[in-house]
Amino acid sequence: MDLVEFLVKTSTIVAVFGLTLVIAMYSTWAERKVAGFIQDRSGPNRAGWGGLLQPLADAGKMFFKEDFIPALANKWLFIAGPSLAMLTALLASAVIPFGSTFRVAGHEVALQGVESNIGILYVFGVVALGVYGIMVGGWASNNKFSLLGAIRAASQNISYEVAMGLSLIAILMMSSSLSLGEIVAQQHGMNWNIFYQPLGFIIFITCSFAECNRVPFDLPECETELVGGYHTEYGSMKLGFYLFAEYINMFISSAIISVLYFGGYNYPGMDFVYEQLVKSFGTETGHNIATLIGTAVFFGKALFFVFFYMWVRWTIPRFRYDQLMNLGWKKLIPLAIFNIIITGAAVLFLKPVITAWLN
Amino acid sequence: MQLTNRSKQVSNKQMTLAERAYLPAIATGLAITIKHFFAKKVTIQYPEVKRYLGPVFRGRHILKRDAEGRERCTACGLCAVACPAEAISMVASERVKGEENLYREEKYAAVYEVNMLRCIFCGLCEEACPKQAVYLRHDEFVPVFTERDQVIWGKDLLVEDMNNRYTREAWTKEEARALDAKRASGEVTSVVPRAIP
Repeated sequence: MDLVEFLVKTSTIVAVFGLTLVIAMYSTWAERKVAGFIQDRSGPNRAGWGGLLQPLADAGKMFFKEDFIPALANKWLFIAGPSLAMLTALLASAVIPFGSTFRVAGHEVALQGVESNIGILYVFGVVALGVYGIMVGGWASNNKFSLLGAIRAASQNISYEVAMGLSLIAILMMSSSLSLGEIVAQQHGMNWNIFYQPLGFIIFITCSFAECNRVPFDLPECETELVGGYHTEYGSMKLGFYLFAEYINMFISSAIISVLYFGGYNYPGMDFVYEQLVKSFGTETGHNIATLIGTAVFFGKALFFVFFYMWVRWTIPRFRYDQLMNLGWKKLIPLAIFNIIITGAAVLFLKPVITAWLN
Repeated sequence: MQLTNRSKQVSNKQMTLAERAYLPAIATGLAITIKHFFAKKVTIQYPEVKRYLGPVFRGRHILKRDAEGRERCTACGLCAVACPAEAISMVASERVKGEENLYREEKYAAVYEVNMLRCIFCGLCEEACPKQAVYLRHDEFVPVFTERDQVIWGKDLLVEDMNNRYTREAWTKEEARALDAKRASGEVTSVVPRAIP
């Protein structure tokens, strides 16, 4: 890896990191705005134009609050909890392909933190780690209610990870690759996976709601039953980090949904746009501009799903805990297995028939 | 006894497959919420935009002058007696020669104070007044105060400004309703709530 490649890579990683944080920050603003709009209110609109400085005001408030650690809490783990939550939330963005490639001085650099050929496995590993942030924080608080909230979160995440993984296997059977870059490249143009895997998509998005602890599966937080949830004892910026991690997770899972099912940076007519750009700006600049357009499309898709998360949040009431478990184990897992069988059959029998018919 | 015809019979029938799948219901719900997302907001942006509170709203007090600009108040003290919160106090004084253009009666209030923290805006003072001197404005509130000495309003704040006279649009419930009807039908548009000083 020489200097140019290194610089492009570094700036990509820094940009992705910064963008993730900014998007998560403004998701808090957007959440309140969407909530307001859906309830016929106008949402925060006093801090800055349209309330745009609200996240800064909130963060400022969080920073200036007393940073309190309960006397009987395990101090190190109490601090480690929100740190872990933030860490795991941010880690997953490393393998997401935000665009195709950049051409700089004869080098072709992918717009992706790490071009891992096991990208999706990495995402799953990190998502599975995400539960530790909540578990450690809830347990270290030395409070029964925090612990109950943490246990709820853990059991919920473990249950829904199974169905999530199973729904993904159908995608992997079609793409026969674990690399996210490869999966996106296969969905060129309008050849998106959603058209082949509608059932898998529904299972996946349901599970990602559960994984992000979002409504209707926001059981780990509950004032009426648990005082607060796993973060009952938290205050100040440590609480802020927990809430922030939730929004980062939301953005990351939206990005992954758009990568896996909605073609990532692909959009219909992209070949035509690419040719025009290359013709008018040359192979290097034209290529880079086409990549940037693709990246914008990708962010559009990801942000739509962030909006969808909020939209659902202000529409559906939450599930009861037994309903949550029933849905996870008795409905989604059998459905996901059924989906795998259907996909397998289609790949085995239908695909040769269709290819033969097309030829 | 049936009060409305909106009541629904509770049924325990088995849910159909579509109902059990829950997804169609979610889609319906999402359609409803997105409709509200684009609907007109009901919020009134309060300090910038003020809602009209009606012609009989009881806001801040005003000490009226008569048509020639003379203070009507004669410091009889009936308002202070009527006041259930004991918010009004006054010091009477005798009018001397040359002050006939200032005070209508031979006796007047040299000091007239309303404690706005005690006042409950009941309007009994305005009913008690025999000289039609004190009224509660329908178009202005007592603004928020930040200092203790802003609480007691003296004559400097209470006496009517001749350049900005206060007139009431309706005096009774019936008149107010008639005015509301006129405003709704678009006959009256001139009545705009004034901004707080």
